Amino acid sequence: MDETGRGPDEGAVTAADLARPRRVHAPSPEPSGPTAPAGTRLDDAGPVDDVEPVADPGAAPLDEPDEPTRGTVYGSSLVPVRPFTSDGADRPPMDELRVSDVDAWGRSEKLRGLARTLYDPIYRHWFRAEWEGLENVPTEGGALLVANHAAAIPSDAPVIMHGIEKELGRPVYGLAEYLFRALPVMGTLWSRSGGVPAHPDNAYRLLHDDRQLALVFPEGAKGPGKLYRDRYRLRRFGRGGFVQIAMRSGVPVVPIAVVGAEESMPIVWKSPAIARTLGLPYFPVTANQLVFGPVLGLVAYFPAKFRLRVLPPVHFDVPPDQERYSRSRVMDAADDIRNLIQDALYDMLRHRHSVWRG
Amino acid sequence: MGMRVLITGLGTFWGSRLAQQVEALDDVDVVIGVDTTEPRLPMERTEFVRTDSSYSILNRIVSAAGIDTILHTHLIVDSTRQTGRTLHEINVIGTMNLLAAAGAPDSMVRKLVVKSSTLAYGATYQDPYFFRESMGRVRGPRTRVERSLLETAGLVRDFALDNPHVVVTKLRFSNVLGGDLGTVFSRALRLPFVPEVLGFDPPMQFVHEDDVIGALLFATRHEIPGIFNVGGDGTLPWSEVRSIVGKRSIPLPPVLTSVAAEGLRALRVIDLPPETLALLRYGRGVDNSRYKRAGFRYRYSSVGAVTAFAEGLRLERTVGERHPAYRYERDVETFFRHSPSVRPAATEPSEGEPERAG
Repeated sequence: MDETGRGPDEGAVTAADLARPRRVHAPSPEPSGPTAPAGTRLDDAGPVDDVEPVADPGAAPLDEPDEPTRGTVYGSSLVPVRPFTSDGADRPPMDELRVSDVDAWGRSEKLRGLARTLYDPIYRHWFRAEWEGLENVPTEGGALLVANHAAAIPSDAPVIMHGIEKELGRPVYGLAEYLFRALPVMGTLWSRSGGVPAHPDNAYRLLHDDRQLALVFPEGAKGPGKLYRDRYRLRRFGRGGFVQIAMRSGVPVVPIAVVGAEESMPIVWKSPAIARTLGLPYFPVTANQLVFGPVLGLVAYFPAKFRLRVLPPVHFDVPPDQERYSRSRVMDAADDIRNLIQDALYDMLRHRHSVWRG
Repeated sequence: MGMRVLITGLGTFWGSRLAQQVEALDDVDVVIGVDTTEPRLPMERTEFVRTDSSYSILNRIVSAAGIDTILHTHLIVDSTRQTGRTLHEINVIGTMNLLAAAGAPDSMVRKLVVKSSTLAYGATYQDPYFFRESMGRVRGPRTRVERSLLETAGLVRDFALDNPHVVVTKLRFSNVLGGDLGTVFSRALRLPFVPEVLGFDPPMQFVHEDDVIGALLFATRHEIPGIFNVGGDGTLPWSEVRSIVGKRSIPLPPVLTSVAAEGLRALRVIDLPPETLALLRYGRGVDNSRYKRAGFRYRYSSVGAVTAFAEGLRLERTVGERHPAYRYERDVETFFRHSPSVRPAATEPSEGEPERAG
């Protein structure tokens, strides 16, 4: 059927393709503000780790009409083009025609509020979460919160999101595995209560355009999927994608060390074979299942004492909105942040007297 | 010298409405519309030429009339209205012949505007919440419409590369709503029960039909090569769309959705092409800022388009069809256009809407 013999990607026209043959224009004489310097655009980036250099499709051809020979109408009436960098100021306010409070990220403040009310007793009485260094979380502007990840069904994400929202009154968006979105009911609830698929462009918009707090676990599924005997030993921090996103968005990374999650649902045994068959990242047998039974054990956490330490924000001395950042620089920064969290964990464990009482 | 415009798909709603707007422009000398079917709306000076669906005689029309601007509105994006073969004929072969005519050695064509669809981006759980123009689909096309759109995209890209002297603008329109026309979603929302996939409430984006016409006209009047997304600001959950329109839902099961949809379609309970099922699961948003930076101003946001549609629906429920039926009579139209007995005053635009630059 495919007469042109093209794969889907080759066949798609990209803006760059259409723009390529056009001649390069002199900068627009209109006082339209600084023109975006070449190569300061993120918007053409695919997934961070697959970014390819693209000819800047937006900047050149839009500046002024191409063929002034057409007469009077075409040239003069074109509104001056603003540079790419959107600071969020030109975005329209929430439409007053809306009848629900679901935002562009699927989050509903009403539902999130309900979830907070229901979760608060668990946060306060079961996990007895205690924070230090909360003043390191910026009270305004975007920031990427980065934490260690643990427990077969991770208990750290709700604790961090709940804690910061409660203590600072700032919403936190939890960047997570796409798979959530594919689940009926669960996926919708997840997104209404602040979950966002961790697509690099989603993260960029949240941090840069919307200036929000976003939480990410760079270990991914490797963190919660590790055995109890490996507890508090950080896995690889992905491919440093989180650093790249923070650099591009021009926001700091705020490292958070979490103690307690590991013991709330430890994995005693796991089966790679079953996981592969079911298409899951890991298939664990947890200590909770041994104690509470196979079903209740899936939802019942042990009452481990949670201690969370927010480390000082890490700022990157690079210009935002670049298409690429030096790989070595990104990896170094990712490693530094990993070490910061690892050291903080060791320090906190040194001072912990009991898993249950802290 | 004014523009000499060729519009494809004059027999469609888009073609007819666009022709009405284009012929009202002062700097347009000639408007020629081609299609297999007759125009749906009355027009003052647009010449209608009946062709076969794949436009095999276009070459002659383009050179004989000295066409310099082609507005290609006739890409089918709603597969329920055509068989697969017709769809391929119209979208792929039609575009191929059109581009061959436009690229002929003696061709005067200097501008090509293509009306495409954000259907080209697909809908999967791995998508970003807002597609930018340079992003490709996450997965290959599944349905005939999507395949034909990608093939068409390849043809348009090749044409743009081979003909650097032609300004090629491609507009990808989001889901269109409005009082006047039947689209996949306007039909779905007219039914007593609106289909949804159980457990999913995806973010949807809409563009009002006036903005579609405005966007096409804007591209006609300005030199803006490249690909542009056209969609109203913001997204809103499908459940909110339903409650604005005031309809109940009929849930489709999250597994075997297409089988259930096929069954309900056979029973005429719902009317959904297969490519919208994924949309009802994951939704789709596009970044519309590039066309805004080019100078286009929207009149409706996504929720505005839905609200306008709902208002139209209420009016229609009370007073019935608002527009008097128009029937194209070749003899009458020829008489008004070409008979020496008709005085020039009679050709003044009478009821054409005021033109909008967007």
